Amino acid sequence: MINSVGRDIPDKVLQETGKKVFQGAYARHNEVYQKAAPKVRGVVDPKEDKILPSITEALKKCEIKDGMTLSFHHHFREGDYVVNMVMEEVHKMGIKDITICASSMGKAHDPILPMIEDGTVVGIQSSGVRGKIGWAISTGKLKNYAVMRSHGGRVRAIEEGDVHIDIAFIGAPTCDKYGNMRATGGKSDCGVLSYAYVDAQYADRVVAVTDCLVPYPNLPASISQVNVDYVVVVDEIGNPAKIATGAAKPTRDVRRLMMAEYCTQFVINTPYFKDGFSYQTGVGGASIASTISLGKIMKERGIKMGLGLGGIAGPLCQLLEDGLIEKLVDTQDFDLKAIESIKANPNHFEITASEYANPMNKGAYVNQLDFVILASLEVDVNFNCNVVVGSDGMVTGAQGGHPDTSAGAKCTIVIVPLLQGRIPAICTNVTTVTTPGETVDVVITDYGIAINPRRQDLIDIMKDVKLPFKTMEELRDIAYSIAGEPDPVEFGERVVGIIESRDGTVIDVVREIKQFEM
Amino acid sequence: MEVKGTAMAGTLESSDAQVTVEPGTNGIELSVESSVLNQYGRKIRQTVLDTLARLEVANAKVTVVDKGALDCTLKARVEGAVFRSNGITENLPWGGAIK
Amino acid sequence: MNPNLKRLRRSMMFLNVQKPGLIKDPYIYKPDSIMLDLEDAVAENQKDAARYSLYHALQEIDYRGVERVVRINGLDTPHWQEDIRCCVAGGCDSIRIAKTERAADVHLVEEYVAAAEQEFGRPEGSVLLMAALESTRGVLNALEICESSSRLFGVALSGGDYTKDLQTRITGTGVELAGARQHMVIAARAAGVQCFDTVFTNLDDMEGFVREVEMIKLMGFDGKSLVNPRQIEPTHKVFTPTEKDIIFAEKVVREIDEKKAMGIGVFTVDGKMIDIAFYDGAKRTIDLAKASGVYEGDL
Repeated sequence: MINSVGRDIPDKVLQETGKKVFQGAYARHNEVYQKAAPKVRGVVDPKEDKILPSITEALKKCEIKDGMTLSFHHHFREGDYVVNMVMEEVHKMGIKDITICASSMGKAHDPILPMIEDGTVVGIQSSGVRGKIGWAISTGKLKNYAVMRSHGGRVRAIEEGDVHIDIAFIGAPTCDKYGNMRATGGKSDCGVLSYAYVDAQYADRVVAVTDCLVPYPNLPASISQVNVDYVVVVDEIGNPAKIATGAAKPTRDVRRLMMAEYCTQFVINTPYFKDGFSYQTGVGGASIASTISLGKIMKERGIKMGLGLGGIAGPLCQLLEDGLIEKLVDTQDFDLKAIESIKANPNHFEITASEYANPMNKGAYVNQLDFVILASLEVDVNFNCNVVVGSDGMVTGAQGGHPDTSAGAKCTIVIVPLLQGRIPAICTNVTTVTTPGETVDVVITDYGIAINPRRQDLIDIMKDVKLPFKTMEELRDIAYSIAGEPDPVEFGERVVGIIESRDGTVIDVVREIKQFEM
Repeated sequence: MEVKGTAMAGTLESSDAQVTVEPGTNGIELSVESSVLNQYGRKIRQTVLDTLARLEVANAKVTVVDKGALDCTLKARVEGAVFRSNGITENLPWGGAIK
Repeated sequence: MNPNLKRLRRSMMFLNVQKPGLIKDPYIYKPDSIMLDLEDAVAENQKDAARYSLYHALQEIDYRGVERVVRINGLDTPHWQEDIRCCVAGGCDSIRIAKTERAADVHLVEEYVAAAEQEFGRPEGSVLLMAALESTRGVLNALEICESSSRLFGVALSGGDYTKDLQTRITGTGVELAGARQHMVIAARAAGVQCFDTVFTNLDDMEGFVREVEMIKLMGFDGKSLVNPRQIEPTHKVFTPTEKDIIFAEKVVREIDEKKAMGIGVFTVDGKMIDIAFYDGAKRTIDLAKASGVYEGDL
């Protein structure tokens, strides 16, 4: 069946999964549903000691069986040890047919590959997959469909019951003997535990894995003891050097600085740029350079940001420190400065992933955004974005909060260089749709800026602004005239992955990679 | 033109291509490795063959290791290798066989 | 007269022809001229390969009006003749002659350029020349070099080689280059051609770079050779007339035009007396403003 972004979703996939096709970013507005609920083991006896000596013990106590769904968060990013540690024990116990439901996965999880190949792991649900797991999915080694969801979509899927988590493993920088977890004060700080909150609330069994046991009670807790079954203390839950990278820096590359400047100029010319505006940005060099130059203009004009949202890095924290942001609302910390900021600054707050981006709660923070500055692997002439499938057809990126923020923000800006090497980032049709064009308002490249024709209001406002405006078709034509028109990537027949829209419908599928033949 | 010996032009840097030519007897035997094979594999092949045709090379073993080079760079590297294999560095047919 | 002769050349950015990643769309950085280098940037055993890259780059890449200057190898090498054939055939706008020491060097190149224009069907005179002065002899002969050819649009100082010839080094203070700079500007102005300053290679010292650009502008230079796109915007900023400059220039031009039409020989702007010598400079400022794309008046 063809969905509303023109992608053909095989009926077989729809039948097997029971999912529907994507019908528009706001199709489910006002829909009423019954929330799912976990099974809960009542801990009445005060003598129960939640601390267990090993992960293996925890798996046994949680009655691990073949076919279960295990969940993890990715706050430790490429420095995570928890997924590999747990799965190694699962593997040793001879358990099979496991589905991993992680908020995201990366190259740190390459050791999972043999477990996919031998049937220990048959399903992966994640915002993104990189490295060997991405390769395994693209080459058809995973038995079941890989399901890729955005941050908001993952929470929705759990809260609506599309996904049922049997055991949640939550890596906690600090934890007390009864399960109160915090994301700071330990040796592997990650700042916040936003993505793990829904796991703690909805999984049948919840295990805290920590490398820093602290005195009871560990308050204020990001995850409360009342949702935690067991606590396991290990030597290391992650590599601090890779959890929080060195300060995210603005780019020095002239091309990216140009795009950053276009972005800043665009933002300040919209009517949304006024005192109290809300803003989210990524950690790309251009986004950061744009944020910094925006900060200068905010200072000059006496305009304060009311809300800074999202994955947080140093530059936004600096603006907070400088008094240019009222409140910073945090779902993930990318660098040390961000972690220090949430520890020390009373205007820097942790929220849950549901509060951040779940489309089916009573209104997430993304809905309050004026601006979001995003990147993308590809954008097509209909403004659809691809952030997950590389130009070689391999699954290689992550949805993250891309579709969520795009749907929520009044002005969604995507910054992308026209060509990435020889590959045109602006094309006729993206390889895979992850964010629908109806939610993307502006695309900024080094060759010019395109405004979505749906936004006649923005086009009118920008009439007299001296920026290099072009249509997406013009940008695409320039790209093709320099690099040549690319052949579309060829795939095999078999569907290996589902790109699930944040509302649970299928926006696109990923097929098996095909060996290129001349 | 003939390919008189083994010769190479270009580097493995991003946006470049390394082209090696060797004498052949069986028409053009072309092998292409590319970082953008899926999208541009066919175009790369066509550009290399067209360039060889313009140089009137009928027999050669040609190896291309491409790192996302544009057409103009591919042509330059093929010409570079072919002329080098003939030891020719001046009085080149600019605008003629080289186009 | 070749319309390119007196074009705006605030920034002339060097590019290594052997780096395909850099030459594919340099116009995006908006320099006034690009210098495609066959000389120092290219290794001795790659001189031939560089030519093919250059030819196709000139033929197939759209530079959107940015001037394409090719720096050919020195006249003391075996490469320069084929370099000329290649870049004239390719369609370059101008050729930069390295290590120019006397007018005869320019004449020699001119001869081969004219022959190449004929060989490859380009209109006679379509390829311009510039001379790089890199030695004491070259600097001393600046005037004869500037006057040597109607194709020659300007001279550039090559500070690195020149200071070695002077038996000193680049210090950052400019004292070692002062003599050459002055001499070249004087010669260029006397001959009616443009004059360009040498490169500034320390990319981490943007403040020092801007100070140098400001200084050479005051000395009378038309522009500067650059080694990195980061240097383009600051250079243009220094060389582009400010709003204040433009307003003053407009007043001067209008005042002098009006008064002359009335037969009056006394001119006043902003309460101060100015003389007719101000006129040319004011016109130049307005032309520079127009060429830089910042002029919105109607003169």
